[in-house]
Amino acid sequence: MSKSTATRARPVSPHLQIYRFTPTMLMSILHRITGAALYFGTVLFAVWLVAAAGSRELFDFVNGLFGSFLGRLVLFGYTWTLLHHMLGGIRHLIWDTGHGLGKQTSTRIATANLIGSVVLTLLVWIVGYAVRGGF
Amino acid sequence: MVQLTLPKNSKVQQGKVWTKPGGATNLREYRVYRWSPDDTENPRVDTYFVDMDDCGPMVLDALIWIKNKIDPTLTFRRSCREGICGSCAMNIDGANTLACTKGMDEIGDAVKVYPLPHMPVVKDLVPDLSVPYAQLSSIEPWLQTVTPEPAKEWQQSHEDRAKLDGLYECILCFCCQTSCPSYWWNGERYLGPAVLLQAYRWLIDSRDEATGERLDNLEDPFRLYRCHTIMNCTQACPKGLNPAKAIAEIKQMMVERRV
Repeated sequence: MSKSTATRARPVSPHLQIYRFTPTMLMSILHRITGAALYFGTVLFAVWLVAAAGSRELFDFVNGLFGSFLGRLVLFGYTWTLLHHMLGGIRHLIWDTGHGLGKQTSTRIATANLIGSVVLTLLVWIVGYAVRGGF
Repeated sequence: MVQLTLPKNSKVQQGKVWTKPGGATNLREYRVYRWSPDDTENPRVDTYFVDMDDCGPMVLDALIWIKNKIDPTLTFRRSCREGICGSCAMNIDGANTLACTKGMDEIGDAVKVYPLPHMPVVKDLVPDLSVPYAQLSSIEPWLQTVTPEPAKEWQQSHEDRAKLDGLYECILCFCCQTSCPSYWWNGERYLGPAVLLQAYRWLIDSRDEATGERLDNLEDPFRLYRCHTIMNCTQACPKGLNPAKAIAEIKQMMVERRV
């Protein structure tokens, strides 16, 4: 294909529209999405700290907001995001050493990443509530 | 540039449903991407019905059957029909592979056939591979030496020769290259898995003496480091090779030469 003989602009063949997602492909995009979501989560954390440094009333207000049902739901999501991204980081660290890159192994590591993050998130919250001694 | 949707002229439309062959009882449905430079239509997906009692077991057999028995205008590349030429690389059932080595029994429902993803289409299932070929030549895939040529051949130990296993078998079908989302978004600047596997094949060759220059050529945020270990390349390779591993090895060589 040295010289183009096209009489009109060539279309681009379909890509995302037709490609079947593999576990590694899904985990790759999830790693990026959770990474971006962590910016938002860190802002929440900073707001909490700033409120604590501010005044008693401000802290009570923010703490109450975060402690509400909706607030806890967001924090639950933030916990999963953090743990998922952390495990993803470890996964990439292993891959960077040249290990675990086989066709089956990489798929297994990617799947373990997802399962691990869900299990760890539940564990953190169960332990958290146990330490608090209830809701 | 990341563009998740297809441009206007590339949007795929509903195509023609070709009549079923008369008298056939064992039919297999095929949905095949079509586009011709000779009219003004957008790409479309045509539906064909293949008589399995009259056709071989591979996807390529069915495409040839369609071309011979139903629609002679269907265009695709093929040559060796045994997985060594790499001509019939295409997207089958959502993954890139060779039509000649992909058995229809591996696919559940209707067989969906598209050209290699995110490539300019020449016609139907034929993509324009000019860019990957140019990228391949940019890494100078041949032996480079400075020491005077030996009287006979360049010698290599068995151990050093073994390092080329899993690399030299690449047939340059570009299944991996065009399976990579990173290559989809940055195909002009990222060299892609197939080309980087070739680059590694020469980096690791004990006879080659241009290792430093080769690494210099790859030391670039885009050419090498757009690989984000998505692993589609390794999942796709119809020869069972591992481009992702080769890229990881190059990245390690980059670090090793600095410390």
